[in-house]
Amino acid sequence: MSILVDNDTRVVVQGITGGEGKFHTEQMAEYGTNVVAGAVPGKGGQDVNGIPVYDTVAGAVEEEDADASVVFVPPAFAADAVFEALDTDLDLVVAITEGVPQQDMARVYKRLSEVDTRLIGPNCPGLITPGEAKLGILPGNIFAEGNVGLVSRSGTLTYQVVDNLTKRGIGQSTAVGIGGDPIIGTDFVDALSLFEDDPETEAVVMCGEIGGEDEEEAAAFIKEHMDTPVAGFIAGRTAPPGKRMGHAGAIVSGSGTGTAQSKIQALNDAGVPVGDTPDEVVENVEQFL
Amino acid sequence: MKLHEYQAKGVFAEAGIPVPESELAETVDEVVDAAGRIGYPVAVKAQVQVGGRGKAGGIELVDDEAEAREAADAILGMDLKGLHVGSVLVEEAVDFTDELYVGVTMDRTVGRPVAMVSTRGGVNIEEVAEEDPDAIARVHVDPSFGMHPYQARNAVYDAGVDREVARDVASVLTTLYDLWDDKDATDIEVNPLMVTADDEVIAADAVMNVDDDALFRHPDLREMEEEGDVDGDDLEAKADEYGFDYVRLDGDVGIIGNGAGLVMTTLDLVDYYGGAPANFLDIGGGAKAERVTNALDMVFSDPNVESVVFNIFGGITRGDEVAKGINEALESFEEIPKPVVVRLAGTNAEEGMEILNTDLVTVEGTLEEAVQRAVEFADAEGEQ
Repeated sequence: MSILVDNDTRVVVQGITGGEGKFHTEQMAEYGTNVVAGAVPGKGGQDVNGIPVYDTVAGAVEEEDADASVVFVPPAFAADAVFEALDTDLDLVVAITEGVPQQDMARVYKRLSEVDTRLIGPNCPGLITPGEAKLGILPGNIFAEGNVGLVSRSGTLTYQVVDNLTKRGIGQSTAVGIGGDPIIGTDFVDALSLFEDDPETEAVVMCGEIGGEDEEEAAAFIKEHMDTPVAGFIAGRTAPPGKRMGHAGAIVSGSGTGTAQSKIQALNDAGVPVGDTPDEVVENVEQFL
Repeated sequence: MKLHEYQAKGVFAEAGIPVPESELAETVDEVVDAAGRIGYPVAVKAQVQVGGRGKAGGIELVDDEAEAREAADAILGMDLKGLHVGSVLVEEAVDFTDELYVGVTMDRTVGRPVAMVSTRGGVNIEEVAEEDPDAIARVHVDPSFGMHPYQARNAVYDAGVDREVARDVASVLTTLYDLWDDKDATDIEVNPLMVTADDEVIAADAVMNVDDDALFRHPDLREMEEEGDVDGDDLEAKADEYGFDYVRLDGDVGIIGNGAGLVMTTLDLVDYYGGAPANFLDIGGGAKAERVTNALDMVFSDPNVESVVFNIFGGITRGDEVAKGINEALESFEEIPKPVVVRLAGTNAEEGMEILNTDLVTVEGTLEEAVQRAVEFADAEGEQ
């Protein structure tokens, strides 16, 4: 009843000795995530709350049999950290770092096409399978176990929608924050196809926003390939053209593509109801269950 | 970060792309002096970061000193699409036979840079792209290898550029790509790239936008950002100082929240409930009390704001820190300028609610209620 991670996932944390890395490693472990190692160049041999630290990701993977990593490395070094992770045989890399330069990500994106590893992020809250494991910074206490999948480009919007779902008694199978940058590893289509293949996920919530054409592509995918019902939400209806709204990807070009209207239209055409408010999204999901 | 035309032309010239002779001027006399040195006719071009300067009266072609004075007088100090014109570029007028377009940008749908060439330069290239996409030749570049010279040639031949200048245009395109790569540009373009009767190519305009996230490795560009920062919105400049993601809008409900998606959603809900957002302000993740205080200061300095809604869903951000910041900001006023509505959820929200001085703010439990309340307040204040 989940995609990508569960309580068997063996996690290495890149940047485990930094402030964010340390704090969120504790939070992840407390939630039940099986954090088996840290990787920080020059800090090999130390430990963080009993979790052994290695100098290299390769060392951590070899010694601790890790199969996923979470990257808490500052922006200037984040791409290098992801490259390092992609050169091992991890199944999954989750990059939390915000502010990774776009050209670094273009090179990472190229590398992704040559390896079997899946990347989530960067600039994302990570993902969680409630009751089993979380990889990232999501607040575990608002999630509940259940059968609704969630994929979102925004962290806090994920929390908002999840909170509304949980308060109405609707639990989640897995929630994935894919990040708001223009170039990301896992996009809507990738996540939706995983949810489609998961027999326990009964419905999916997809939270998109202005900018790019990922939501339009997702709508085409839903129309062609999905039996699992999807409820949508699009943030940024009131955003003026040409202005960057926080997320690097959230900018409406002057030419009519990437607007909230075009995304809502595409989703509606694919049979996806798009709520005007987070509450309406939950009402739409309820109808599917 | 957007470079001004004169800055981008400086970068292009240094890299070997031919540009017209030009000088930057800030007064009418400086314009006349520069024009005298360059030789008439010259173009007088407003240095502001907006498209369509020509149509808006920001570019004049002048033939003598009297015309130069008149144009300089009209353009310097003018308000161009909301931006104050503080300087102009005085530039040699190029006699051309053709106008081309060349540019490099990121194609986010494939995660790769794309180089573009068109023989339909000198016009709004976005319109060309929509009406006649085939009029623009495109070639995608592998970012780990860079652009091969043959790719530039292919694009130039595909676009149907005249053989006499094809080699020079390909060379401009390769140089643009290298600059795009070296300087962490997000997009870079020359429109028009003018072709003269002698088959020379000259970059008559220059656009270069740089990835803010990569400025840490470009101290030279950071310097240009400071030097060029003479126009623009005062509030947005203040937001830069505080390090906020802030966008000013024309409504009256001030909005502060954490996380871009949630803040955008708050804006949309204000609109949904019949109000009008005054701004987008994301305090970011993990904000401490001081940052929250700055955010309130920021929003209150917009004279259009009639009410403020705080929407915090803590993940990394902690409710108690936010509440402390709100208290500190509001307690510093003898009289709070406008009503403030707060909605706190997530990490340490309960602790935050205990700390929050509820004599100074209105608390609502849900996002929807908070937004509706803020809209009501703004309407009531607006009527006073």
